Formats: sequence, structure tokens, C-alpha cells
Amino acid sequence: MSASAVFVLDLKGKVLICRNYKGDVDMSEIDHFFSLLMLQEEEGLVCPVMSHGNALNVTLRNERASPVPCVQVFTEYFKELEEESIQDNFVVVYELLDELMDFGFPQTTDSKILQEYITQKGNKLEVAKTKVPTTVTNAVSWRSEGIKYKKNEVFIDVIESINVLVNANGSVMSSDIVGSIKLKTMLSGMPELRLGLNDRMLFALTGRDKGKSVAMEDVKFHQCVRLSRFESDRTISFIPPDGESELMSYRINTHVKPLIWIESVIEKFSHSRVEIMVKAKGQFKKQSVANNVEIHVPVPSDADSPKFKTSTGHAKYVPEKNLVVWSIKSFPGGKELLMRAHFGLPSVENHELEGRPPITVRFEIPYFTVSGIQVRYMKIIEKSGYQALPWVRYITQSGDYQLRTNS
Amino acid sequence: MLLSVTGEIFELKAELNNEKKEKRKEAVKKVIAAMTVGKDVSSLFPDVVNCMQTDNLELKKLVYLYLMNYAKSQPDMAIMAVNSFVKDCEDPNPLIRALAVRTMGCIRVDKITEYLCEPLRKCLKDEDPYVRKTAAVCVAKLHDINAQMVEDQGFLDSLRDLIADSNPMVVANAVAALSEISESHPNSNLLDLNPQNINKLLTALNECTEWGQIFILDCLSNYNPKDEREAQSICERVTPRLSHANSAVVLSAVKVLMKFLELLPKDSDYYNTLLKKLSPPLVTLLSGEPEVQYVALRNINLIVQKRPEILKQEIKVFFVKYNDPIYVKLEKLDIMIRLASHANIAQVLAELKEYATEVDVDFVRKAVRAIGRCAIKVEQSAERCVSTLLDLIQTKVNYVVQEAIVVIRDIFRKYPNKYESIIATLCENLDSLDEPDARAAMIWIVGEYAERIDNADELLESFLEGFHDESTQVQLTLLTAIVKLFLKKPSETQELVQQVLSLATQDSDNPDLRDRGYIYWRLLSTDPVTAKEVVLSEKPLISEETDLIEPTLLDELICHIGSLASVYHKPPNAFVEGSHGIHHNCILMLIVYNTGHYCPSGDLLGDLLNLDLGPPVNVPQGSSMQIGAVDLLGGGLDSLLGGDLGGGVGGSPAVGQNFIPSSVPNTFAPSPTPAALSSGLNDLFELSSGMSIATGGYVASKTVSITGHYVHMFYCLYFFCCVFSFGVIPTTPLAMHTPLMPSQSIDISLPLNTIGPVMKMDPLNNLQVAVKNNIDVFYFSTLIPLSVFFVEDGKMERQVFLATWKDIPNENELQYQIKDCHLNADTVSGKLQNNNIYTIAKRNVEGQDMLYQSLKLTNGIWILAELRIQPGNPNYTLSLKCRAPEVSQYVYQMYDAILKN
Repeated sequence: MSASAVFVLDLKGKVLICRNYKGDVDMSEIDHFFSLLMLQEEEGLVCPVMSHGNALNVTLRNERASPVPCVQVFTEYFKELEEESIQDNFVVVYELLDELMDFGFPQTTDSKILQEYITQKGNKLEVAKTKVPTTVTNAVSWRSEGIKYKKNEVFIDVIESINVLVNANGSVMSSDIVGSIKLKTMLSGMPELRLGLNDRMLFALTGRDKGKSVAMEDVKFHQCVRLSRFESDRTISFIPPDGESELMSYRINTHVKPLIWIESVIEKFSHSRVEIMVKAKGQFKKQSVANNVEIHVPVPSDADSPKFKTSTGHAKYVPEKNLVVWSIKSFPGGKELLMRAHFGLPSVENHELEGRPPITVRFEIPYFTVSGIQVRYMKIIEKSGYQALPWVRYITQSGDYQLRTNS
Repeated sequence: MLLSVTGEIFELKAELNNEKKEKRKEAVKKVIAAMTVGKDVSSLFPDVVNCMQTDNLELKKLVYLYLMNYAKSQPDMAIMAVNSFVKDCEDPNPLIRALAVRTMGCIRVDKITEYLCEPLRKCLKDEDPYVRKTAAVCVAKLHDINAQMVEDQGFLDSLRDLIADSNPMVVANAVAALSEISESHPNSNLLDLNPQNINKLLTALNECTEWGQIFILDCLSNYNPKDEREAQSICERVTPRLSHANSAVVLSAVKVLMKFLELLPKDSDYYNTLLKKLSPPLVTLLSGEPEVQYVALRNINLIVQKRPEILKQEIKVFFVKYNDPIYVKLEKLDIMIRLASHANIAQVLAELKEYATEVDVDFVRKAVRAIGRCAIKVEQSAERCVSTLLDLIQTKVNYVVQEAIVVIRDIFRKYPNKYESIIATLCENLDSLDEPDARAAMIWIVGEYAERIDNADELLESFLEGFHDESTQVQLTLLTAIVKLFLKKPSETQELVQQVLSLATQDSDNPDLRDRGYIYWRLLSTDPVTAKEVVLSEKPLISEETDLIEPTLLDELICHIGSLASVYHKPPNAFVEGSHGIHHNCILMLIVYNTGHYCPSGDLLGDLLNLDLGPPVNVPQGSSMQIGAVDLLGGGLDSLLGGDLGGGVGGSPAVGQNFIPSSVPNTFAPSPTPAALSSGLNDLFELSSGMSIATGGYVASKTVSITGHYVHMFYCLYFFCCVFSFGVIPTTPLAMHTPLMPSQSIDISLPLNTIGPVMKMDPLNNLQVAVKNNIDVFYFSTLIPLSVFFVEDGKMERQVFLATWKDIPNENELQYQIKDCHLNADTVSGKLQNNNIYTIAKRNVEGQDMLYQSLKLTNGIWILAELRIQPGNPNYTLSLKCRAPEVSQYVYQMYDAILKN
């Protein structure tokens, strides 16, 4: 579990900056690596991990996903991570790489803490002031001491994303809910927080059975949460990091009725036309409204001359993605909406085989969680004894929401 | 360009020596910038080091960065920096102390390390935990440069002390450093994992940062709890980590739990609770980014192979999404097949059918293959799978059809005489097949079921036209298929078989093809009945799971969950430190034992050879000798050695101990009866041989039995052996046509004679054998009992004996003692005569029996012997006289063996 070196490359594979931690790999290995990457890309077989000789490389093509959260730290330091920002700030980057890992062992990767002692304007700070924040080695490594707010508040966002995969014949293949509880903490000092949810396991433990409870399949916590405490009595207790953070995420496996149900008929008449009929039904409470609904319907790549008819909202052809996007600003529960589209097809057959992309749906429904999860309380205790207000907001949105089509 | 660089350097030099602090700092920045873009600024070394004495932290960092980069190329000048390091290690600012100790370790110059010991020692006891945690890592760095020094200076003990440190971060780094160091001392118990230490680690686990938790968990996974209670209590304290947001922490926790599960009793409640707890976090990993998903899937793939019950309910989460990247899709598919069972097969098949109509060629192919694997794995679904495959063939998409035909062949192998009705549909697609795999599969099907296909001869004939343009695989299959056809329908296909035999033998320059052609030719011309038995023999069923990771490798990989090894599915030493060669042990078990009793001395041979029953050949680990063979075997064989070896290496002389690596490229195509789904992993076979004298005197026959020990079919193409000293060569090549199944054993006799080239070997009776099969050529050697070479006309005339005895110089006479023998002279004579050692005369001198004996070797060498037997004395004296005295030793061994029998 250690890294030999970290390279940051530009698009052409040139090394922008690198840090050799262990001296056990030849730094020129990286040159082979890039040509290998190109080769794999041509063959369409890119895989995030690859090897060349005895050097191993983990490619981070996606900025957000990285086994070592350097990228995230860099992003927070430079707002945007791009070639220039690295070149312009190479001194800071070196400093960061130095603190992030030592001899290939990841050390401190919390950008908020790093910012306390590695500053972009280091030269302006007086030398004597630069002390190691105790946070770096403290048991509470995510929060510094001495934070002050005039008004003490916590904002809690409960966001549930629904992932659905529906087969062409209309049966739900898989569906789950991935929920996330995000905090925006504006609290002074070192507050002790306790979050109460209508967790079924907790209810079972404490023997209370009134009210609706939710069974969470799997829960993941921010490192601030005392995991052993949760394991023993399901109490979520923690000292929160300052500012925004994701406190926890959970997954619920129960089958839910897809909130927006799509029925589609896509008829393709070779050499002449494609006719599409999409029926969308809001399968949620009448009082709720889904906002910013977008239904993406795939069309053949050689389709032309689009014609649409919609009962609500408007449809748009996006030729570069081979999609019809039907957007509905607000979609009340229980309603059924309809869209018809008509495309021409060229008389010459398209020989390229096309995939059958699914219909995807995007939406968000505020003030509502599918699972029915609720924040029952948020207790905030600080030794100075201030009163703090917790604010809670619920939202349900689409995650990976796919419905396979027949054609 | 050069000029401009020189100019720039000159300018920088001036700036570095500027009086103003700010200027100097800017200059150092410029130097680092130049270094970053790859310019060589090493000539500025002394000037940069001069700037080291500063209280500006940022400047200091830059200078240190420069030092790390160039110290190696300028070791002498690096000494200049030592003073500053020592000073910085005592700086009041802990950041600077830590920075100094961190940089020190990165300067990989042997010379200066000794100066750094004192500062490091101080830093290890620093009051600031930040400095201590940095110093802990520095010990690992130093150990990498100079291990001996670190041990001599007692730094390892200091590190061990840090495990009890009050600060969890220091504990974590000390653990990380010790684990790193112990990798280079695999056997030392550096970490000294005892229940007390484990308890400390478990306490620190709750408090340290996410990365620290990973170090500790990784370390815990190396601990062996003394009993199940301890294992359970560790598991209980590790389980909460499964809820950590950092997926690396989750995977490390999974690793510890997977490992300790082994120790828990399978029927306990806790075991089952734990199994249930493992599944949700694994599934959650799949909601991450594709890269994280990929890593998770590779790990899950291992877990599913080890304990399928964990995820058996979760197959749905592995259903492929349209927008998954291809590497995620392929992995998911693989896991889906592993989890496929009777309970979920309907859903799985529906999904697979869906995938098979997608556009990504690799994915579609794998999906089609997966359908075939489901058919083989879940018997109840076979029919549905076959009809799905038929539907897919109807799509006429070229690569789908080809892939489908390949898997259908395997289905035929698994369920013979069940689905042959679809052959007609398959034959319709004959023309569209352009890939060797698919062509070979189709040809195999036609050959195998020739009697049911009316126009089989026409179909096969159509392939013959372009025979020489086909790949070897297709050629071999076609050859076999036509021979099968001929054996089934001899009347109409004589011409065809002659055509293919002549194409394979006379017109081909491929040795494998030619050899096989000749074998068939000879078989057909000598004994058609035997030929039928051989070629049309019943084929063993193919096994279900063919691409499982070999169990011991799997266990090893489970111990590396969450690391690259688990992503590669290779043990770490196979891809790290590649220069050290492959650490896999190659194992080939060669057991020599007696198989026959058909010679007068059969019993003797039995005993002699039975001594050695068991000891296989051990190939020394890490020797570069066997790498060739290792690679071809596909690696990962390590631990196959395991228990099997137990019995003991270093047996006795009759065991083949010289393993000669193969330098012959593996040009062998898979067997004509197509080997299904080969992964090349654990091909292992056992080979036993016995030797006997046939009545013909010097014609020896070698009996060989081959036992398969691997999951795949093994096909022995032929055998070749030589004893050069006696010119032994096989009279005919030996070929085995029926693939060998695991633990199946086949006995084959190979007639040998002694007309081959003569070359002296050491030892003389060394038999070199080469076995060529579909994997590679394997060489080994074994010892032949010399008596095989004692000829029947070894009886000398009395006069000749006397004359020869006198004629051979006395220095050629060698004396041996045969101890503990309680036979009388007549029994001795009789026993020896059975082995072609003839007694010419017997005298009684002073109560002692003197036997004069002679024997002759196949190469015409005579050996004269005088055996003295004293009544009441179990020790006999044997004097041997021979013109080639080097033989005597072996003759004595034979005497000893024969008489002791």
C-alpha cells in the first residue's frame, strides 16, 4: 500500500510535474506508459490500471475519481485543475505532494487542514506563525480549533438518488436508492453532534415501533463519525468538519415503484421514417411536483427532419447525441403526459450497426424522500453552551435511471 | 540552445549569490522551474546549497527539493548539506524539523546516511507527534538505502516502541514503516504481532486518519490469531470499518475479515452474521466512479470465487448498464457468470441475450461465450441456452455466429447426444466463418458427428482446398476430423483421407502437423481397429468452471485485497521488482515407479524403484533456469508445490533430478479434440515410468504412465528418450491421442533399442526424456537400472575368462563390500543369472566360496567379477575387473540391489 511516484501529465503525455517518493522506479517509465495508453485507447480497451515492465500506473482519467485524492486537493487549491494552474503553482504543488504522501504512504489528504499550513502566499506569512496545526496529528484530524461564528447554524440536506433499470418488456430489473446526508456546518468551537434518523435498526434496538422507519442496507460515514459507537448502538455521533461535507451515505435496496414511468413505442420503418410515442406517468403523490424533468429518447443516428407533438413541455432534437430531449418544467404527481415524434430516414441503409441506448430520465422532487427517511433530531452540544439551529431540507432526484427500449 | 542554457545558468548563478534574500528566493524558484521542465541545472549545486541556511520555510522547501533531485548525481557535494540538516533537526519549528528529517531520507546517498543517524534518533523521540510520524517513515527510507545500518543503530526497536505511542497517527506510520521493512525480511517477525500489540493497534484504529487505518488493517491481516475466539474478537472490532466512506478502508477491512473467516467455525452464528455483513459494503462500492467500480469488481471477482455465498443474492447489481465503460462491463459479466445458479438463471440469460445484441464487439463476444458457460454450469438451463444461441445465430451477425459456434462445441462436449439436432443449422453458416477458432470448432463438430451429417465429406473437403493457408489449429483439427470421418465411413472417404494425410505429411513443413499426420497414417495402415479405438475413443466430459483461479493463488490474492495484486489477479512479486525474475515455482511432478513384472528381475526393479515412489522433482525457487517453462505454464503455480512436496526432495538416485528448461518454442496448437476454454493455469501432470527387459535381450521397453493433475485436458503428443551412454533411443515415437483428464492415468509402453548415437553421460545410466504435449516440451532425466543393459549372451568361456582377467591391468580391479547378505552361493548364482550375470566357475578355497562371473553390456563391454562368500559372514567381497572401470560402480550397485532383494 504505497506509491512509488506521482506524475501529472498533460494531454500529450508530457510530464508537467512529478514527485518520486521511493526511487525504486525509473522515472522514464512514464514515457512508455503514455504510448501504451494511446495504444489501448485506439483498441478501445482502456482500463484504469495498467502496467509496463515493472512500473505500474493508475490512470486518473476522471478528475473526481482517484484512489489518492490529490486531484481533489489540487482542485480546492486552484479552483480549476488545468495545465496552467499546475505550471503556475509548481511550488505549491511540490509542497502539497510532499505533505500528501511520504515515502509513498498517504498522510494528510484533507485540503482544509492542508490549507492551514501550506498557503499559496507562503512568502507573505511571517515565518514564526507557521506552526504545525495540531489537527494534522490529532485524533480529530478534520477540524481545527478556534473556529468562531456569530450565528451558529447547521444545514442538513437529505438527498436521495434513485437508480432504476427497466427491461424492454417493462419489468424492473434492478432499483435502489442511494441517499446522502450533507452538512453545511457553521458552528463555533468543537461541538459534539448527534443525528437521529428513523432508522429501523435503531428502532428495533430501542424498542420503539411507532412511526415509519427505514431499513438502510449499507451505511458509509465520513471519518468524523465514531464507527464503533454506531456499530454498537446505532448512534451517529461526531464532531463535524467545518463548512460543507458529506456526513454519510446509505443504500436502500427495497423495490420502489419507479417515480416516473415511461412507456414508449419506437417504430422504425426502414428507408422511410421513425415514429416515436412516449408516455410518461408520475407515480408519486399528487401533492408533490417533479421539477426540471428531462426525458432522453434515443433516435437513429441517420434520422432527419424531426417533428414533435407534446401534451406538456417541449421536445428538442439533439443530433450530436442522437437524442430527443423532452423537457417538462414541472410534472405533478399522478399526471400522464404524452409526446410524439416523427423522423425521416434516408433511403440508403446505414450499414453501421447501432447500439440500443436506453431512455434515460432526469428529475428532482423537492420536500420528499422516496425511502421516507427523516431527520428526527440533531443535537448540538458545545462546552460554551450556545444555542444552534439545525435546518433540514429533503430532495429526491434521479440517479442512473434507465429504461431499455425495444427497437 | 546549449549556449542559451549556459547563459541562463550563468545568470541564475549570479542571482543565487545575490545579497538580497528575496532575489535569492526568486532565483531558487527559477532553478526549480527549470528542473521541473527537465533542464539540467545540477551545476548550480553549491550555489543552491548555500541558500539552505535560511529561516524562510518556503525557500528551504525549494532547496530541499533541489537536493533530493540532484544529490544522487553529486554525492560529494551532498555532504555539504549535512550540516544544515543536523541544524534543522533542532530547529524550534516542528515543521522545519519534520521537513529536514523527511528530506534526509529522500537523499539516497550512502555516504551521508551515517551522519543522519543522530538527528533521526532525536526526531524519533521528538515532543511533537508530527515530527515523530515523519521520523518513523524516515526509518523505512533509510532501511531501503542501508538496511544493515538501520538494524545496527537499533532503529527497528525505536520503531517498535512507537507502536505504543500516544498519538494514533504516529502508531499508524510506525506500522506502515515496519510493514514496509518486513517485506524485505519475509521471515523475521519484525512487527512482533502479539495479542498486546494487536490490542494497541485496534485501539489506534478507531482514532487515526483514514490512511492510517489502512496501514493498521493491512498489518492486522498478517496476524494469525491463536484461536477462533481471538479471531472473532478482532473481527468484531474491525467490522465497523465497513461503514467508512473511504473505499480503501472498506476493502482493507474486507481483507481482514475474509482472512479471519477461515478461522471461524462454519456453523457458528457469528460466521453467518459476518458473511451477511460483508455483502452490503461490497455492493455499495459499485455506486462509485467507474474507476473505483473497476477496482471493486476485480476484488469482488476474487471474493466470489472464494465465497460465492456472500453475494449470491446480489446478482442484479452486476447487470450491465448501457453507459458503463467497457472494462466495467466485461468484469460485471464475468462475475455474473460466476454467480449464475439454478435460482437466477432465467434472469441472467435474459440479460445475456440483451447484451449479445449490443454493438461493442468485445462485449458481445464475451456475452455469447457467457451463455455457453451458463449452459455448461447450470445443467437445467442448457436447453434454454442452446435455443438462445440458435436465435443469435439467426441474426447472422458474423462475430456472434462464430462465437456461438465455439461455445456450442463445448456444450456438445458437456452434454453429448442431446443437442445434435441443431447441427444442420450450424452447417448453414459454414461459409461465413473466417476466424480460426470458429472454423476449428465447426470442423470438430463435423468430424465428431460425421455419421449424422450426410454431406460431411463434402463439407470437410471444402476446407481442404485452402489447406495450407489455414492456421495450424485448423489444419490439425481438419486432419483429425477427416480421419474420424474415414473411420466412420471408410468406403466413401478413402480418397479424402489420403489427400489430407499427404497434405499434412508431404506438403507441410510444420513438424507438429507432419508428426500427427504420420501417426495417423501409421495407425490406419497397421491396425484400423486400434485406430478406431484411439481416434474415436470416448471423450471425458469437460469440467464446469474452467477459468477459476487456482485455489492457493486465490488465497494469496485474498490476502492482497485492496492492492494492485487484487486488480491484476497476480501475486505482487509477479509484477513488482520484475528484474528479480519470476518468483513462481514451477512444479512438474515426475514420479518414477515400477509398473511391470514381466522380466525375471521384475521384483528387484520394483523394490529398487519403489524406494523412490513419491519424491517429485523440486525446481529450486527463483532460479532463472526454469523461467521459460514457468511462463508457458501461465504462472501462478507457486503454491501447487504445497503439501504435495511433503514426502521429500532429495530422494535417491533413481529420481529424475535434473530439470532442463525448455528452449523449444511452443508451437503446438491445441489438441485435435479441442480443449475447451483453457486458461493455462494449473496444468500439471504426473509421469511415471518403469523399465524392463524384454525377451529380446537388449531391447528394452519403457512403460510410462501419465496422470493428469489439472483441470484441463492434457494431450501428450510424444515422448522421446535417450540414454546416450548406451545409445538407447525409442524405436517408434509415442503418441497419446486421448486427452488426459484430471487424475486420469494412462499407461503407455514405449519400445526402446540401443542403436542410437553414443555419448558418455554422467551418471552412465542417466536417461533423458522429453515429453511434448499441448503445453510445452518438458525435459527430465531419470536413472535406468543398469541391469537393463546386461545382455543374455554374457556368459564367457572359462579360458577366455581367465585370459581376460589376466589381461586387464590390476589397477582396473575394484573391490566392493556387499553387506548384510544371508544367501548361499547357489541362491546367489541363481539370482544373478536371472539378471544375466553368469557364474562361470565356483571354487571353495579355505571354506570360502569363490564365484567367478561375467556379464556383458549392450555396448559390448565385458565385466568380470569375483565374488567371495564366507560362510557365517554376511559381508561379501566383490572384485570387479573391466576395461572401462567407470562402469564398475554401477555394476556393484546392481549386485547389491539384486542380492538384497
